[in-house]
Amino acid sequence: MASPDTHSPTASTPVLSIRHITKTFPGVIANNDISLDIERGQVHCLLGENGAGKSTLISILAGMQQPDEGLIEFEGVKTNITSPRNSMDLGIGVVYQHSTLISTMTVLENLMLGDTGSVRLDRKGASARLAELSELLGSKIQGSALASDLALGQQQQVEIAKAMWKGSKILILDEPTSMLTPQAISGLERSVARLKNQGLAIVFITHKLREAYSVGDEITVLRQGRVVKNISAEEMQRSSEEQVRSLVLGAMFGDDIDAAGKSEIAEEISGSVESHRVRPDKSFSGLAPALVLDGVSSAESMTETPVREASLQIYPGEVLGVAGIDGHGQRHLAELVAGQRKPSNGKVLLDGEDISGLGVRGRQRLGIRYVTDDRMHEGIVGDLSVAVNLVLKRIGAAPFWKYGRMNRSAVEEEATSLVELFDIRSPSVQTRAGTLSGGNIQKLLLARELTDEPKVVVFNKPTYGLDLKTVSKVRAIVKNFAGEGGSVLLISTDLDELVELSDRIILISNGRLAGEVRNDSPHTAERVGELMLGPEAA
Amino acid sequence: MSKVETKAGENAMTETTTKNRSPLLRRLGVGFIRNILPLVLAIFTSGVLLLAMGKSPAFFYGEVLRFGLMGTGWQRSLVMLAPLLLYGAGLIVAFRGKLWNLGYEGQYLLGGVLVVGFAPFVMGSLPLLLGFIALILVGTLAGGAWTLLPAFLKARFGTNEIITTLMLSFVGIGITNILIRGPFQNVDVTVPQTQVMPLDTMFPKIFGTRIHIGILIAIVVVLIVHYVLTRTSFGLRLDVYGASPKSALHVGIDTPRMVMILFFMSGALIGFAAAVDMLGLWGNMRANWNPAYGSEILPFVFLARLSVLASIPFLAFYAVLATGGALASQDIGLDSHFILVVVALILMFMSVIEFIGMKRDLGQSYLPPTLRKALAKLLPQRKAGNP
Repeated sequence: MASPDTHSPTASTPVLSIRHITKTFPGVIANNDISLDIERGQVHCLLGENGAGKSTLISILAGMQQPDEGLIEFEGVKTNITSPRNSMDLGIGVVYQHSTLISTMTVLENLMLGDTGSVRLDRKGASARLAELSELLGSKIQGSALASDLALGQQQQVEIAKAMWKGSKILILDEPTSMLTPQAISGLERSVARLKNQGLAIVFITHKLREAYSVGDEITVLRQGRVVKNISAEEMQRSSEEQVRSLVLGAMFGDDIDAAGKSEIAEEISGSVESHRVRPDKSFSGLAPALVLDGVSSAESMTETPVREASLQIYPGEVLGVAGIDGHGQRHLAELVAGQRKPSNGKVLLDGEDISGLGVRGRQRLGIRYVTDDRMHEGIVGDLSVAVNLVLKRIGAAPFWKYGRMNRSAVEEEATSLVELFDIRSPSVQTRAGTLSGGNIQKLLLARELTDEPKVVVFNKPTYGLDLKTVSKVRAIVKNFAGEGGSVLLISTDLDELVELSDRIILISNGRLAGEVRNDSPHTAERVGELMLGPEAA
Repeated sequence: MSKVETKAGENAMTETTTKNRSPLLRRLGVGFIRNILPLVLAIFTSGVLLLAMGKSPAFFYGEVLRFGLMGTGWQRSLVMLAPLLLYGAGLIVAFRGKLWNLGYEGQYLLGGVLVVGFAPFVMGSLPLLLGFIALILVGTLAGGAWTLLPAFLKARFGTNEIITTLMLSFVGIGITNILIRGPFQNVDVTVPQTQVMPLDTMFPKIFGTRIHIGILIAIVVVLIVHYVLTRTSFGLRLDVYGASPKSALHVGIDTPRMVMILFFMSGALIGFAAAVDMLGLWGNMRANWNPAYGSEILPFVFLARLSVLASIPFLAFYAVLATGGALASQDIGLDSHFILVVVALILMFMSVIEFIGMKRDLGQSYLPPTLRKALAKLLPQRKAGNP
């Protein structure tokens, strides 16, 4: 009589209990015996690096993967989540890291995509539901606006509305802040707080401890597929931020965290209140710019935003950051500098010489390099060996080729020294490059681009999707390169990264370069954020 | 408890057996399944078809071997092999760059008809050796030239080359027939055809056999092509382009030029094959004649994994099958096209095995899940039966 009936949910029953979930893929245990409780009216933060198993756990909850072992209890009842449809019917809504909105449709149309049941589209009902959700989220969402016209923060609000469209009990947010401006982050945090007060259970996935501390009621730390630490709500209330921080860092890295990388990783993970510049402020007056773009445009493209009349200068030793929402012409900008794309207008100058007519090869020889963001499909050729990939931009050149024939020992020697210098973890230099991890592939690309007298290097999203240790290594490489007098065009969607590394930050929006922020005060991120919001928001 | 022990023991056993299997043996096993098994299955299935038609498969395959290898059969097979080697190399060059040159028939026929059409003038005015070189050049350039338009469209506008090459192939076949009925027609005979080259202006035979020197030329050329594709900077650029045109652009390969070169090489080698075939075997061309080698050797270049060197044994196998099969099918009262059934079955089994093989590379099994589960249930029982 006194014992609670497990089949009728009571206030103390977690809305979702995960019990001993294990999921393996060939060669990896993605989730290893994971148990979690998700409570209503609480924000449960999942912290962990790339590869810690967060994404697998989400896809299990979203019904896209089935666990190999373990069970899921939904409101106290054992449940198999067999499909995404099934998951949605249970009231689990997921907001993914990438956009799932169709840009040519209006907000309302996007939201109605998931509607089922009737042949006729119920616009009126949908509008009412949208109004209800806007109210709940505390934000204004225009149903008639085109999805592509929305700023990123608004797009995310629509994504949340979409996840909650059919009535949600659990909302899962996967790295929701990674691309947001500081202003949009506080907007998101307000929405999360409102939803929490409505009794929704929220799973908030992040790799930044500061965020976890500020929004989370409970924190679970994942590492290599296991739960390594759970800080309960009571414990969170008792502890100071400093205590939580040391608990989490200890759990995430254990003894693994070596003296060299410790401070940087700690900084990255805790996401200190305001990211700040770590390179010394330098003056470039009196220097001649190394790279100049003078009114450069790229030809219109069906699938990508072209660059329109871009002008910029980068001085020797300078890091010029390019901020902006992904897909606003960054790729064309990088390719125009690298020589992969011919300008339809304007000039590209290197040390005062017009190099607009040169292709990739010619510019490569002059010291222009490009670390691409499409590492797997553009950067490397997966079927070729690490060694060959390392000399791929020098095919046919001495000393690696003689009379058109590859000099294997010279290639291997070069590869061996680069592998050591850049700490590329590979079984051997003959290993197929496609089998390396993302971090090692990025190190391979950096090794290839930064040898043989680089002068101007374009880094396109250099740390996107990498584990924290590699992130700090990559940033150190960028810093060193600029420190030695190299010029850097750093394209990134991570505002913290731009603030940490750049001397100046410009904004790219719809293919145009707009505004410039000197990175000389502690409020750079806010100022860039204001630029991103645009004049109409001011 | 004993159950647990046996299970652990079994696991240990399977572990050791997988460890004991050397990588070389495994690679040979995979190689057999992927590259040879389709042939075996096709031959077996064709045998079943023969049985169903009331013919004896054993007799048929015996005849194939008799006509394809025994007596002078091997000589006929080698004569057939000569153009096939060059033809195969031509296909491989384009396919390695993932450029699907399907215009091979037009390229072959145009090359061939220009060779036999110009032969009377060229061989009449030039010494033998120079005449051969000039005519081979004619065939090679004609085959190559017939790819230039699709190549340009692909390089400049990214036009789908499957469609352009195939359509131009029909145009090429048409032009060939116009030439045979027009400027190149031998007016002394009623059947529209070109003049027949006198035997003494054709390739000399080797040691009194039927085999002409074309096979030697072909082997030398394909070995050179193999070297270029596998050992040179050009070959590596080609592989990078084939793996990913995006990567090729990124590392500074002139991709439009690569497209032009690959198409031209492909067509040129096919035109070369036509020249060798004309100068060595046929000596003239009739209207509407089309040996259509390309479609028949297509499965074999894929079975050779687009390696020119590996294509040699596969094409030799086809040459024997085709030479022997043509006579053998007549022998048992079947249409000579029966051999096409065998080729089609090879292509089909290859596709199926390749599909399953790719699934296996992604960590699944060669066997469908239900069958595998059924077998897995059977196997331990058998083990328990005889410890």
